Amino acid sequence: MLVVNGLRATVGEKEILQGLNLTVNPGEIHAIMGPNGSGKSTLAHVLSGRDGYTVTGGSATFAGQDLLALEPEQRAHLGLFLAFQYPVELPGVNNTYFLKAALNSIRKARGETELDAVSFLRLIKEKLKILHLDESLLKRAVNAGFSGGEKKRNEIFQMALLEPKLAILDETDSGLDIDALRVVADGVNALRSPERSMIVVTHYQRLLDYIQPDFVHVLAKGQIIRSGGKELALELETTGYGWIDAEGLAA
Amino acid sequence: MTSTTAVNDLVKSEYEHGFTTEIASDTFPPGLDETVVRAISQRKGEPEFMTAWRLKAYRHWLTMTEPNWAAVDYPKIDFQAISYFSAPKRPEDAPKSLDEIDPILLETYQKLGIPLEEQKVLAGIAVDAVFDSVSVATTFRKSLAEVGVIFCSISEAVHDYPDLIQKYLGSVVPYTDNFYAGLNAAVFSDGTFVYVPKGVRCPMELSTYFRINARNTGQFERTLIVAEAGAYVSYLEGCTAPQRDENQLHAAVVELIVLDDAEVKYSTVQNWYPGDAQGKGGIYNFVTKRGDCRGARAKISWTQVETGSAITWKYPSCLLRGEGSVGEFYSVAVTKGRQQADTGTKMIHIGKNTRSTIVSKGISAGEGQQTYRGLVRIGQRAEGARNHTQCDSLLIGDRCTANTVPYIEVRTPTANMEHEATTSKISDDQLFYCRSRGLTEEDAVSMIVNGFCKEVFNELPMEFAVEAQKLLSISLEGAVG
Ligand SMILES: Nc1ncnc2c1ncn2[C@@H]1O[C@H](COP(=O)(O)OP(=O)(O)O)[C@@H](O)[C@H]1O
Ligand SMILES: [Mg+2]
Repeated sequence: MLVVNGLRATVGEKEILQGLNLTVNPGEIHAIMGPNGSGKSTLAHVLSGRDGYTVTGGSATFAGQDLLALEPEQRAHLGLFLAFQYPVELPGVNNTYFLKAALNSIRKARGETELDAVSFLRLIKEKLKILHLDESLLKRAVNAGFSGGEKKRNEIFQMALLEPKLAILDETDSGLDIDALRVVADGVNALRSPERSMIVVTHYQRLLDYIQPDFVHVLAKGQIIRSGGKELALELETTGYGWIDAEGLAA
Repeated sequence: MTSTTAVNDLVKSEYEHGFTTEIASDTFPPGLDETVVRAISQRKGEPEFMTAWRLKAYRHWLTMTEPNWAAVDYPKIDFQAISYFSAPKRPEDAPKSLDEIDPILLETYQKLGIPLEEQKVLAGIAVDAVFDSVSVATTFRKSLAEVGVIFCSISEAVHDYPDLIQKYLGSVVPYTDNFYAGLNAAVFSDGTFVYVPKGVRCPMELSTYFRINARNTGQFERTLIVAEAGAYVSYLEGCTAPQRDENQLHAAVVELIVLDDAEVKYSTVQNWYPGDAQGKGGIYNFVTKRGDCRGARAKISWTQVETGSAITWKYPSCLLRGEGSVGEFYSVAVTKGRQQADTGTKMIHIGKNTRSTIVSKGISAGEGQQTYRGLVRIGQRAEGARNHTQCDSLLIGDRCTANTVPYIEVRTPTANMEHEATTSKISDDQLFYCRSRGLTEEDAVSMIVNGFCKEVFNELPMEFAVEAQKLLSISLEGAVG
C-alpha cells in the first residue's frame, strides 16, 4: 500500500529525513515512536504534501502512484488521511458543512455520486454514535475554540467519516486524558479492517495499550533505526531514548 | 502553489456578468445645465413641486465641490461628459406586465440569474426591476396593496402619492448634504418607493435589481422607504452590470424613515463591474444611504455584501433620534484586482438609551485597497447609549491593503463603547488542513472566506445569504493562498 524508500527531505538548510524506509501493507498498523524533533511530523507532512519541505531524494508510492508528485487534495482523494498533531481552527466554517464538502469532493474525484444533505446527515450521526461523540460537535465551527482534547476527537471523527485507506495519526494521543485517549483508540479500532492501514505516531507507549500495533518503529535522526513488534514499545518505555545517542545510528 | 501565482489567478478571474444588451435606448446627449434638469422632470411628467426641487438642488450643487477625503484614487470626473437620462424604448408606454417587456431584457435578467418570474413568485418576493433609468417590471403589487403597502417606482410615487413624497423626500438626505447627494436630487432618474402603513408587517421581502446598461450614462437612483409606527419591512437591492470600457458613475441616494417601534431591514448584494485587470471600465459607486430612526424603539438594520465596482464610497448611516432606537450595520466588502473601497457607517446617537452595532468584514486580494471608515457619535442627550464595533480585515496575498479609521465622539459620560479590530490572513496551515481533507485550494479559500463573513451572512434573508455566498465564491475564484 505504502512504500517509502530512502526518503530525504529538508526544511530550509536542514536535512530532517535522511534516507527513511517504511513499507506498510493493507490492514497493518504501524506505530512510529521517537524522541522530540526526530522528524515524525516531518514524515507525516511530507507524505501528505504540505508546502515548505523539499524532497531531496528517495521515493514514496501509495496505491501504486508516485505520492510525492500529487497535490495534497489528490492524496486525500486516493485515500490518505492525516490526523494533525495541531489541528487547525477554521473560524465560522461549520463542521458539518466542512465535512460534507470534504467527503463529497473525495467522492466526486473517485467518480462516486455526491451525498445529499439527508444521507449525509444520517451517515454523520451514525459515526458520532460509534465514537460516542456529542451532536453539538456538528453545529460548531471547525476546531474554533475547541479544547485540545476536542480537537483530537474531531480529527478522529473526520477520519471515521472519510474512511481513508491509510491514516497517519500524528501524536493524536498527546495531551489527552484517559477518556479522550479511549475515544481515539476506539476510533482507530472501529476502523481497523483488512483493507485499511494506519501509521500511529506516538510519544508514549500508553496508546499502544489500546491499539495493538503490528509493528513498532523507532525514528531517530531522520531514519527508522529499529523496528520490531509490540515488545519494542514496552522496551522503549523502560529504556527511554537515551540509548540512541550512545548507540548512534549503528543499530 | 505560491501565493503570488494564486493572486495572479485571482486577478485574472473574469467578470461573470460581463456582457451587454442590445436594446433601443432613448438617451439624452451628454451635458448638464438647467435645461437638462427641466427636461428630465418634463420627460417624467412631474408636478411643479418636483421640478422646483430639482432646480434648487441643481443650483445648490453648482456651489459645491467634489469631496476628496476618501482614500480612493481616480481621474477627475467630467460631469459634462455624462448623459443624464436614458430609458428603454419610450417611457410613456412603459410596460404594464412581463409580456410587454422586451424579450432581450428578460433574457439579460435570466443570464444574470435573476429569477424575475416564477422563481421569485415562488419565493414570495415582489420584484421591482430597474433597467437603466426607468422601472420596467413590477409584480405582486396587488397583494401588497391589500395590506396597504405601497411598492412602486419613485416616478410613479411622485404622481400617485405627491403628499408622501413632499413630506419625506430629501428629509433624511437633503440636497445640501453632499456633492453627490446634490447631484442626485437634481437629476435622479428613478428608483423605488416603499410605504408601510401603521402596524403592518410587510408580508414578503421586497427586492429590486438595479442594472447599469447604456454607455456613458450616469445612474442616479433614488430610494425612499417609510415605515410608520409598528411597521416592518425587509428590503433587498441587488445590482450587477455588463462589461463596459468607460467608467460609469453611480451616485444613488437611499433614505429610510422609521417611526415608533417600526423596523426596516435593508440588505444589499452588489456586484457591479469592477473594471478589467488594469482597473479600467469599472463602476464608480458613490452612494449616500441614511436611515432616520425618528420614533422611539425604531430599528434600522443595514446589511451589505459588496463585491463589485471599481471604486466604492459608501457609508450607510443611522440617525438614532428616538429613545431606545437601534441601528445596525453588517458589512462584507471585497476588493481585488485594482478595486478600491472606502466604506463604513455612521451611527449618530441622539436619543436616550440608543444602541448600535457595527460588524464590518473587509476582504482584500490582489492589489485591492480597502478602508473602513466609521463614525460613532454619542450626543449630549444620548444618556445610556451603547455601541459595539467589530472590524475584521482579511488579506489574501501581500499586495493588498486594509485600513481601519474609526472616529469616535462621545459627549455623554454614561455611554458604553466597545471597539474590536483584527487583521488576519488566510494561513498556509488553514489551506493545507482543508486540502488534506480533499478540498481544492479554491474551495478552501472560498470556505474560509465565507466562514470569515458568517456573522454578516447570518443577517441576510435566507435565499439571499445563499446568493451572497455564491457571489463571494465567484468573485474570489482563483484566489488560492
Ligand atoms: N518549519 C520548520 N522550520 C525549521 N525547522 C523545522 C520546521 N519544522 C520542523 N523543523 C525541525 O525539524 C526537526 C523535526 O521536527 P518534527 O518533524 O516536528 O519532529 P517530531 O514530530 O518528531 O517531534 C526538528 O528539529 C524541528 O525543529
Ligand atoms: Mg511532531
